[in-house]
Amino acid sequence: MKTTITVNGQARALDLDPRTSLLDALREHLNLKGSKKGCDHGQCGACTVLVNGERINACLSLAVMHDGHEVTTIEGIGGEANLHPMQQAFLEQDAFQCGYCTPGQICSAVGMLKEAADNWPSQATEDLGAAIALTDAEIRERMSGNICRCSAYPQIIAAIRDVAGEVA
Amino acid sequence: MSSVKDWAAPNPVTENRSGIIGKGVDRYEGKLKVTGTAAYAYEVEPPSPPAYGYLLPATIARGRITAIDTAAAEASPGVQIVWTHLNVPKQARRGERANPRSQRASNPALAGDRVEFFGQPVAFVAADTWENARAATHLIQVDYAVEPAVLDFRASLASAEMPHGEEDVRIGDFDGAYAKAPVQIDETYFSPIQNHVQMEPCATTAWWDGDKVTVHTSIQMVKGGQHALAETLAIPSDRVHLLTRYIGGGFGGKGQSYDDLTLAALGAQALGRPVKVAYTRQQMFQATIHRPAVSMRVRLGAEPDGRLNAFAVEAVTHCARNAPFVEHAANFSRNLYAAPNRLTGHRLVKMDIPAAGPMRAPGEASGMLSLECAMDELAEKLGIDPIELRLRNEPDVDPETGKPFSIRQLVQCLNTGAQRFGWERRNPRPGQVRDGRWLVGMGMACAIRGNFLLPAKAGVRIDADGTVTLRQGMTDIGTGTYTILAQITAETMGVTMEQVKIELGDSDFPPAPGSGGQFGAATAGSAAFEANMNLRKALAELAIGDPNSPLYGGDPTYVTFGNGNIAIENRSESLGALVARAAPEGVYVEGSITPAADARDYSQHTYGAHFAEVGVDTVTGEVRMRKMFGVFAAGRILNAKTARSQVTGGMIWGVGTALTEGNVVDPRYGSFINQDMAGYLVPTHADIVDLDAIFLAEADDKANPMGIKGVGELGICGAGAAVANAIYNACGVRLRDYPMTPDKVLEGLMAKGL
Repeated sequence: MKTTITVNGQARALDLDPRTSLLDALREHLNLKGSKKGCDHGQCGACTVLVNGERINACLSLAVMHDGHEVTTIEGIGGEANLHPMQQAFLEQDAFQCGYCTPGQICSAVGMLKEAADNWPSQATEDLGAAIALTDAEIRERMSGNICRCSAYPQIIAAIRDVAGEVA
Repeated sequence: MSSVKDWAAPNPVTENRSGIIGKGVDRYEGKLKVTGTAAYAYEVEPPSPPAYGYLLPATIARGRITAIDTAAAEASPGVQIVWTHLNVPKQARRGERANPRSQRASNPALAGDRVEFFGQPVAFVAADTWENARAATHLIQVDYAVEPAVLDFRASLASAEMPHGEEDVRIGDFDGAYAKAPVQIDETYFSPIQNHVQMEPCATTAWWDGDKVTVHTSIQMVKGGQHALAETLAIPSDRVHLLTRYIGGGFGGKGQSYDDLTLAALGAQALGRPVKVAYTRQQMFQATIHRPAVSMRVRLGAEPDGRLNAFAVEAVTHCARNAPFVEHAANFSRNLYAAPNRLTGHRLVKMDIPAAGPMRAPGEASGMLSLECAMDELAEKLGIDPIELRLRNEPDVDPETGKPFSIRQLVQCLNTGAQRFGWERRNPRPGQVRDGRWLVGMGMACAIRGNFLLPAKAGVRIDADGTVTLRQGMTDIGTGTYTILAQITAETMGVTMEQVKIELGDSDFPPAPGSGGQFGAATAGSAAFEANMNLRKALAELAIGDPNSPLYGGDPTYVTFGNGNIAIENRSESLGALVARAAPEGVYVEGSITPAADARDYSQHTYGAHFAEVGVDTVTGEVRMRKMFGVFAAGRILNAKTARSQVTGGMIWGVGTALTEGNVVDPRYGSFINQDMAGYLVPTHADIVDLDAIFLAEADDKANPMGIKGVGELGICGAGAAVANAIYNACGVRLRDYPMTPDKVLEGLMAKGL
């Protein structure tokens, strides 16, 4: 099935088995292996990518559903020579160990900050009428779809805090 | 053989002139991981497009395959291989070891019609795409003759037997002393099966070049994996090239290889093209090893002042019928508290579930969940602060062997932690601190974990551009091995981190035992240190013997290394200049470490103290972490940042142990009921609040030349018990059945009328 997806700014024409998940299309057909397969069931978050600027689990979505969409993977967030501030903060705070959940955590963090800036509420939001104050509790709640079995959670929060700044 | 006395002399690492040792430098491979460019086993680019493998798991616990219908799978689009026990290529019989020096025996896949556990792979499909392989696999029909299976551990405790070759350790007269003890505790604690849940499922990419196979696989032990595959395929190990550069978590579960390795290699051979095989998340739960459940009886007999006179820790645990493994959950208690009359031992139930095996801090992780709560119960019974109770039972020498401690800072950990955490805020009477609908409490526990040094080698070369490259058949499973080896190399050779390259995870490199038992840094690091010391010696000889070197004819004992230079007092040149001129092809040397002959004359451990504060929701029974703090003493710390990450990670495993983690065997089918990450709950971001840890200054000169010890497992030891004790202090509900889920807490609250 013919599908064209804009991945990291480049239009990529694909001819895929319709059963192919967005995650497998990225990993096995576009050689973008930074997005990880941890559970293939939307439970771990290692495959998190941004689709049209919003984070999703790429394993829970078929590639052919994304015809015409803009997908940003960890490779599009930043490379070794031009690290995104979130990648730099993860490095400095030691916000990972084995590294397998890391691309998903970083994509998720980037998407999460935009959701909060756009005033999307979460379960931790106390006043739905007010502007979101990005407390640590808000960050933890919003990042809980991304599991880190090495358990770098305190460092991940510190890294996101480095990028987001302190709560006003 | 060396002696620990040889390790006491100052050396470049202990002198740490550049200050690289201990510094919290960023991870060596960090940029690759934050950009997603570190290639894990399934992601390595093979020389030509691969075929994709998929495994079919058995759906019974025990019995025999009576028929398999593969016709539909074979006719399915893109299918290239359909293998069952009837047509899989010949492999060596299970347990065979053609080369007596092999570290692992043959472990064939699809080896016969016997089914030994639910989830055991019984068929293998390879196809042109993963989607085609998966679809075809599910077309295979398997008929079984089911046989009775032992599936319920708690119902089988009476059948537990003494493990082969073991006996109880009895010191003094436990029974007599316990009977006479004025204060007694006799409680039994239960900790369930746990799963490693590494983020990266087991995976292998394999291809052949002539009669030699290259496998990229996710494994903690390079030589173990290489030898297991060579024995299974019945070929010499030098025809297996095993690589494992990046590993998405191990925690003990990848200490061995699984059928993905064997079937990828066999499949690639049969097809003449590369084959990739990965376990699914469900197969990770059902078909790899797990931490077995432990039922632990603890008896403490104390004087009214808290001194222990009698002490018994007895574990009942389980393993698979044909895969002997003992979770030595009582062993830690042999070195922890003083008491003249002691009894410790283990009993084992054989079950028809997957093999039990090591998981982060095997023994301590589950074992300390009992004794560290029993001590809390004893403290309350005596009206003594739980920290004070530990201080009153602090031994001067190892309580069982009488050996001196190499160094033991448990008391310092307790005192420092109490102060930093604010232990004085704790109300010793449970259920007194309210915060709205929450009851708030604090608990503590000790941590102890052994320290080990195994034989290892390393190779190091310096090239004409001054780059120092260390090579070792070692792994980094997220523990920071790349980084600490780079620090050791840079400090020893007197060069910057940027001038150092570390290459790991390759069976062609000088062997190290791999990652496990928190022996990795000390073992691989010491071998790396020795290799670098040999390189210093070789370069000193090179310079002194070279008429064109400013060091020519000097005394080798005065040679120093620093700032990228080799020098004797004010005569110096850069390492790059020396090598480019005198050995333009580079200089390569190896080094090795072996345990000192007298190392075991000392009782040698790492120690710590955990402090936890929790809230208990009086309406729902839910427990939420509020604060956790750990203080640890584990020898010289090589990297402040990565070491802290190791112990805080371990502490968070303790939180999961206390509150959410556990698996249950379905008594009908022998399957694990929690077979994914929605059913088996590991801690997430929202579960962890205000958690931190520090290390005490320490150097253990009986451990190895650098005075370092392991940190990878210490953090989990005792952590869950601190949380459990905090739950009791919060609400007065004493649970002895992990994990302490809301249903159990609520039942306790209701029984107390809360």
